Amino acid sequence: MTDSNEPIVRFIDVQKSYDGEILVVKNLNLDIARGEFLTMLGPSGSGKTTCLMMLAGFEPATHGEITLNGKPINNVPPYKRGIGMVFQNYALFPHMTVAENLAFPLEVRRMGKAEIESRVTRALEMVRLPEMAGRRPGQLSGGQQQRVAVARALVFDPDLVLMDEPLGALDKNLREEMQYEIKHIHESLGVSVVYVTHDQSEALTMSNRIAVFNDGVVQQLSTPDDLYERPENAFVAQFIGENNRLMGTITEVNGETCTVDVDGGGIVKALPVNVGGVGERTTLSLRPERVTVDPPENSPNVFEGTVEELIYLGDHIRTRVNVCGHDDFIVKIPNAAGHASLAEKAPVRVGWEKDDCRALDA
Amino acid sequence: MANETDTGRYEPLRSASGEPLKVSLRRSLRRQKLQALGLVAPLFLFVLVTFLAPIGGMLFRSVENQIVGDTLPRTVAALGEWNPNVQELPDEEVFAAMVADLKIAREARTASRVGQRLNYEFSGMSSLFRSTARKVARIDEPPYKDALIKAHKGWAEPATWKVIQRVSAKYTPGYFLAAVDAEQTVDGDIRMLPDRQRVYLPLFWRTMLLSAFITLMTFLLGFPIAHLLATVPTRISNLLIIMVLLPFWTSLLVRTTSWIALLQKEGVINDLLVGIGILSDESRLTMIHNATGTIVAMTHILLPFMVLPLYSVMKTISPNYVRAAKSLGATPAYAFFKVYFPQTVPGIGAGAILVFILSIGYYITPELVGGTSGTFISNRIAYNISSSLNWGLAAALGAILLGIVIVLYWLYDKIVGIDNMKMG
Ligand SMILES: Nc1ncnc2c1ncn2[C@@H]1O[C@H](COP(=O)(O)OP(=O)(O)O)[C@@H](O)[C@H]1O
Ligand SMILES: [Mg+2]
Repeated sequence: MTDSNEPIVRFIDVQKSYDGEILVVKNLNLDIARGEFLTMLGPSGSGKTTCLMMLAGFEPATHGEITLNGKPINNVPPYKRGIGMVFQNYALFPHMTVAENLAFPLEVRRMGKAEIESRVTRALEMVRLPEMAGRRPGQLSGGQQQRVAVARALVFDPDLVLMDEPLGALDKNLREEMQYEIKHIHESLGVSVVYVTHDQSEALTMSNRIAVFNDGVVQQLSTPDDLYERPENAFVAQFIGENNRLMGTITEVNGETCTVDVDGGGIVKALPVNVGGVGERTTLSLRPERVTVDPPENSPNVFEGTVEELIYLGDHIRTRVNVCGHDDFIVKIPNAAGHASLAEKAPVRVGWEKDDCRALDA
Repeated sequence: MANETDTGRYEPLRSASGEPLKVSLRRSLRRQKLQALGLVAPLFLFVLVTFLAPIGGMLFRSVENQIVGDTLPRTVAALGEWNPNVQELPDEEVFAAMVADLKIAREARTASRVGQRLNYEFSGMSSLFRSTARKVARIDEPPYKDALIKAHKGWAEPATWKVIQRVSAKYTPGYFLAAVDAEQTVDGDIRMLPDRQRVYLPLFWRTMLLSAFITLMTFLLGFPIAHLLATVPTRISNLLIIMVLLPFWTSLLVRTTSWIALLQKEGVINDLLVGIGILSDESRLTMIHNATGTIVAMTHILLPFMVLPLYSVMKTISPNYVRAAKSLGATPAYAFFKVYFPQTVPGIGAGAILVFILSIGYYITPELVGGTSGTFISNRIAYNISSSLNWGLAAALGAILLGIVIVLYWLYDKIVGIDNMKMG
């Protein structure tokens, strides 16, 4: 049953509607591998929490099946699923001490007193809060509450832990610190984690795989580097990392190359990824760091433009260029030895490789 | 002084101008305080004049005892010399003073009032004063002692004089003693009345007991409603809250009398039970004009005071707590009792104390539906105010009721903490 190749969780054709009119989750098919850290990433309202709630058992799926360890769980109540969960605002029980919060899942499982005590102590050590056992959640800082919530979700050794925007309430520094901490806990325990966030850098930092949600649909499910380097549609390209968008019409498709007539003027050679035939609209996606200033003459795409704005950011210089009729075209010039030095309002030549420019859906 | 910091002692912090920081802070806050006072002042004055002062005045009547000293000033002065352990009856001088006082009292028509007052302490005094006052005009020469005793032989009783001497003080514990079914004997000892004659202690006890039961009923009925209100979507909960509040927009009298219509012997419920054959016509239930009637009607009337504080607390409890408990393996019942219920305790406390305090002072409903076994102490207070005109006793009973409420409030603060109480 716990064959390690079998996915721990499978969503099979799952749909969800709250009101019978709008599908909040549309036909979700998703396998989560044992031991994996899978992140559901998407803008607010895209249905991530709903998916998590269906998996935890707090919302019924309107259609389709969810399996856990190979067994369908649609009719298993949440308290029998054995899934750990970290809530957005932690949901630590305010009338219990930290130790009592941690002991709660163990008492429910009727463990012995000594066993409970040693597990609580171990869990507190894991999140580096051994002195806080006697405090109430209200007496802890946000980061400490966050750690206790993680410890509570793990203290009863679940195979699977769900986390719904657990770091949303923390400030930036603490959030980054906690990202690494949760990642390390995941690695050392080997537990499977389904993590929900709307913060793409958080998703990139922590995950083995990321499912990008929009409008109740998984737009792309890939590893972080794949998502960044090879986005399959305009939404993913836009949502993850920075991205120059050029809209245009396809004039020719030829195997691994297509030619696009960009709306503002200019013919661009691009990699056809997600396009229709000749005459169809397309969005060209190009990462700012893949654009070169003063490219070699044989480069497939070379254009004349004007420098609009220069922002010095230390490790690179962010340059806004007006090119192909778009004045929001960003070029990142690395602050390396002998980098091009530009002046505002000066003319500039920019270029890029055909494979770095992906032609996606319009 | 300036070097003292080296030895570990610190001067108070000073502001830029050199004065101590605390002083300048206080001055900067004074304006704010004055402003706040100004905003509160009109209401405070209103409450003082129309509420606190009358209540204070009324409570003062529970110990006030000017009437004896004011009506019989000469007698009271003359009695100061008399020691009942030495002399059986007071001197002729005292009798003379009494005759003089009574003549004036007769003219001023205050004789029967003082007689009534003394009658609370020692029965027979009222008729003694009334009948003597009628005859006192004809007594115009000494010896006054014989003349008075001739007018009424009560004046030959040492007890009569002992009571007058004792009650001549400006303040009296008598009303409070009466309010707890105790009395002072002629010799001034305090003793409880025999069980059969006790009225007020059993009534206090019944008031508390019925109020506690009513509080329990409102809790049992109100908790599920409040929970429902807090969990259904806002659209529906708004409608339900209006239904909870509906009784507030109906007159209290209408609500109470409609319970009479429902519950009486020939009422809707009895008719229905007889009609469908559960009861025979002779065995109709007595559900009104007794404790049952009071409990039913009061539970209905006070229910919103339990539901609203509970609702406002439950509304703030995120559903994620119970979800978290379930995800940790707790059954719904366990999650409810261990996680949800403890968080509603401030609301239960607020609702319970509100309902209980309102209930022990309730008047109209027990008066209308309580019969004899379902009335409260407040009905007895009203009786003493309007029928027996013993305002001192009414004031003492009211003061004890107020004392009970304050003690309960204090206890609640000790146990739950007023800060934890959420009204809305
Ligand atoms: N309990 C609910 N009842 C009705 N609609 C809901 C409920 N929860 C979420 N929704 C709706 O479902 C959509 C997806 O919500 P959610 O899953 O919370 O998105 P996310 O977590 O990605 O922000 C939103 O449009 C939201 O308004
Ligand atoms: Mg969400």
